[in-house]
Amino acid sequence: MEPIIDTSRFPATNAIGDFIRAILPGPVAELANIVLAVLAILTVVGLTPVALIWMERKVAAHFQARLGPMRVGYHGLLQPLADGIKLIFKEVMKPEGADTFVFFLAPILSATASFMVLTVIPFDHHLQVTDPAGGVLYVIAVAGLGIMGVLLAGWSSNNKYSLLGAMRSGAQMISYEISLALLMLLIVLLSGTASLREIVFSQTGTVLDWWIFKFPFFGIIAFVLFLISSTAELNRAPFDMAEAESELTGGFTTEYSGITFAMFFLAEFVNMFMAASLTTTFFLGGFLAPQFGLASLDRMLDAIPGFLWFFLKSYSVIFIYMWFRWTFPRPRVDQLMNLEWKVLVPANFLLLLIAGLFVVMGWA
Amino acid sequence: MASYTIIGFAIFLGALFVGGGILASMLLAFRTPHCSNKVQAYECAEDPVGDARIRFKVSYYLFALLFLIFDIESLFLFPCVKIFRTVATQATALSPTFLLGELSVFVFILFSGLLYVWKKGVLRWE
Repeated sequence: MEPIIDTSRFPATNAIGDFIRAILPGPVAELANIVLAVLAILTVVGLTPVALIWMERKVAAHFQARLGPMRVGYHGLLQPLADGIKLIFKEVMKPEGADTFVFFLAPILSATASFMVLTVIPFDHHLQVTDPAGGVLYVIAVAGLGIMGVLLAGWSSNNKYSLLGAMRSGAQMISYEISLALLMLLIVLLSGTASLREIVFSQTGTVLDWWIFKFPFFGIIAFVLFLISSTAELNRAPFDMAEAESELTGGFTTEYSGITFAMFFLAEFVNMFMAASLTTTFFLGGFLAPQFGLASLDRMLDAIPGFLWFFLKSYSVIFIYMWFRWTFPRPRVDQLMNLEWKVLVPANFLLLLIAGLFVVMGWA
Repeated sequence: MASYTIIGFAIFLGALFVGGGILASMLLAFRTPHCSNKVQAYECAEDPVGDARIRFKVSYYLFALLFLIFDIESLFLFPCVKIFRTVATQATALSPTFLLGELSVFVFILFSGLLYVWKKGVLRWE
């Protein structure tokens, strides 16, 4: 029951893996490959916040006709690094009345959960830690874990602002989780597979074969819904009632300082990258180079390695998230909940049925 | 199963990375002398009144229940959705129109549940 996908264009194994298999005996080589893959993911996890903090500040600055950080390094490139070092040397404080174990468990849980999804993201043909057959199911399951960290943080801090912020975040995240899950199911329905790598392969062809276009007209709607839901899921502006500075100080992070706060920040930025990479994988052809049906141009674009395309697409999506932030005003909590339960969920149900019809009729 | 073992291993390394970071910071960080103001809950310079863990608005609980219901329902959709294209494009015992009908019935039942909740005013946020 192999899906109708032409994977002949892609090599069966990757060069680094082959090299390790050649110099090491069988099981050791497999283990070494896995360790290397995990280390690569950890590097991405470590560097993503650094890149994103710089990008966030620069984008914000330029949207407001400022320059942003300029002093530390070329155009402030080393600023996030300086901030990180500063945070490591800051004192970690625990407010009185806080539950010590849960208080420190929360940032660890948040940060760990944030990169659990990255283990199944296909960065390139073979740049993926592992590819379970039920990858989408795994993503849906793991995406819910971050909420635990937020709720634990709010509850353990013994601070009213933290508790309010955590409750708002929690309610918002679980609500938008539903529409994200339904949109992922939509992609599973369209591509006929739940493995993330095969979802990418199901988009081989020209740009028009990406699911955003291949599912005529409704693909764009699904893409926009996915962007909205993931922005809300990430607690990002304009859906950032949970950390509305003017109302709730810092939301659930109010009582956190130093490295524990940095861990929440890391989780937030890695989650943002994760959401962008899921968008890329599901709608924008993942690591596939854009093809336009013009032989010479296509060959040129195809020569650029897949992971570069992947990062380019992901960072473009992240730029859209940042663009949102400086474009839309913040709605109220009730408006946010109404949007999800009264607009997005019914719309997603409808999209699912339309997709079913399209697949049966052979239109998508 | 092997892929989930790998994921478990990755999670372990990740937790080590995060836990190690926090531990390193605790060893390296500067400390100031302990005083009662320092560990007071930060409520914008007001002295905190009472405990923060109070009885809380029930709407949040209802939304949590709703989430549970819909998340599980969407998981029930998963197998149907997974085989959909195979059934639609390859010759199988199931007919694609029948499967589409089944999907519609399931989604309809799910949607009427949402309508019921909506009508009952659970989605109203005050």
